[in-house]
Amino acid sequence: MPDCDKVLLVQAELDGELGAAEAAALAAHRAQCPICEAAAAELAQARALMRDDLYQPVPEDMRRRVLTALAAAQPPRPGLSIATSDSFGRWRGWWSNGASFGFGAACAAALAFLLLVPAMPPGLTEQIVAGHVRALQPGHLQDVASEDRHTVKPWFDGRLDFAPPVKDLAAAHFPLTGGRLDYLNGRPVAALVYQRDKHVIDLFVWPAAGDTPPQTAERQGYNIVHWSQGGMNFWAVSDLEVAQLEEFVADWRNAP
Amino acid sequence: MADSLPSDTFEAVVLPHLDAAHNLARWLMRDAASAEDVLQEAMLRALTYFPSFKGVNPRGWLLQIVRNTAYASMSLNRGVELVPMTNASDEPDDAVSRLPSSDDDPETSLIKTRERDRVRRMIAALPIELRETLVLRELEELSYKEIAEVTRMPIGTVMSRLWRARRLLAQAARRDEAA
Repeated sequence: MPDCDKVLLVQAELDGELGAAEAAALAAHRAQCPICEAAAAELAQARALMRDDLYQPVPEDMRRRVLTALAAAQPPRPGLSIATSDSFGRWRGWWSNGASFGFGAACAAALAFLLLVPAMPPGLTEQIVAGHVRALQPGHLQDVASEDRHTVKPWFDGRLDFAPPVKDLAAAHFPLTGGRLDYLNGRPVAALVYQRDKHVIDLFVWPAAGDTPPQTAERQGYNIVHWSQGGMNFWAVSDLEVAQLEEFVADWRNAP
Repeated sequence: MADSLPSDTFEAVVLPHLDAAHNLARWLMRDAASAEDVLQEAMLRALTYFPSFKGVNPRGWLLQIVRNTAYASMSLNRGVELVPMTNASDEPDDAVSRLPSSDDDPETSLIKTRERDRVRRMIAALPIELRETLVLRELEELSYKEIAEVTRMPIGTVMSRLWRARRLLAQAARRDEAA
C-alpha cells in the first residue's frame, strides 16, 4: 500500500488525540485521499478485534501471593508491635474484598493503614540500602556478569537514556563483577557491581548536575558514600568497613 | 468510613493498579509463571520506591516499573521474548475462563472463547515493542503521551508503532479468515 503522511493523523483521530480544528482539516483531506480512507478501514478492523475480554486481570490466587510478599517486605517498625504482629491481616482487606468490601473490613483496614503509615518516609539513602539488599537475594545481583568494562558498559546501551561511566578497579583490588538495571528515585539507574574479598559493593549511577565531595552515612549496618562528579550522581553501598568503602570511592574518583 | 482512609499510602495509590500491572506483565512475558515473577518483583520495587513517587499518574509509574522489570528479566533469560505465548494450555487460569458465563448458552460461549484465543494468539505473535504499545493503548487505554512516558519513546515512535501493530493485526485477521 502506498503511503500518505496523514495516516497517523487518521489513527490519532480514532484514538481521540486530535483537537477539533485538526479533525476538521483532516476530514477535508480524507474526502480526497483513498489511502487515508483505506487506512481508516484497516484501523477500524484492528480496533474491532480488541475486545474487553483480552484484558488479563490478576488471578485471585496470584493476587494473594503478591500481597503476602508485599506484607513480608514491609520492614518491622519499632513501637508498632500491634500492627506488625499481624502483617498478614492488614492486607487481607485487599484480596478478600473484590466488589464486596464490607463496612467492617473497611474500618479494620483504615485502622491498620493509619497504624502503618511510617512516621518518617524513608529517603533516598534508605532506598539505596533497600536496593542493595534486594540485589543480594539469589539471582538478583547482576543482569550482565563480566569483569570487562568493555562488556559491561555497552550492555547499558539502549537500556538507559544515559551512558554510565564504568571503570576497572582490579588493580586497586576492587574487581568489577558486572552490572544491572535498577530503579531508584523514580527513574531507571545503572548499578555497577564491584567486589572486595567476599564483600559486594553496589555503585548506583545516574545523571545529575553539580559536583559534591563524598559524604558518608550508615544505615542498618551498611555503609554508604555519596558524591557527584562529571554530571553523574554516585551512591556506593556495601557491608565493607567504612574506611575500605572510602578507599574504593577515592580509587574510583582518581581512576582514568 | 472509607473516605477516612489515608489517600497517599501505597495501598491507596498503587495497589488499585495491580490488575493493570498484571495485564502488562502477562502480555509481555511468555507464560503465566514468568509474568508472576515479574509482577512480584515489580510490586516490591514499587513498594520500595513509593516514598519518592511524587507524580500524578501512579498507574503510568507502576507500568513503567513493570516494563523495566520485564525487560530486565528477558535480558537475563535471553530468547524468552522471542517465544510468543501461543499455547493456551500453559495458562492454569484458562480453565476458569472457559467456563460458560450464565447469560450465554454453551455454544455461544465456546465461540466467544475461541474467538478471544484466536485474537490473543495474533497479538502474542506481534514483536514485543508493537505488542506493548498496542496493549497500553487498547487495553490500558493510555494516551499517546502516557505511552511515551511508560516506554520512554518519543510520541512519534509511539504513533508509528501503534500503526504497525494495528496493520499487522488486521492483516493477520484477514489471513486467518482466508485460511
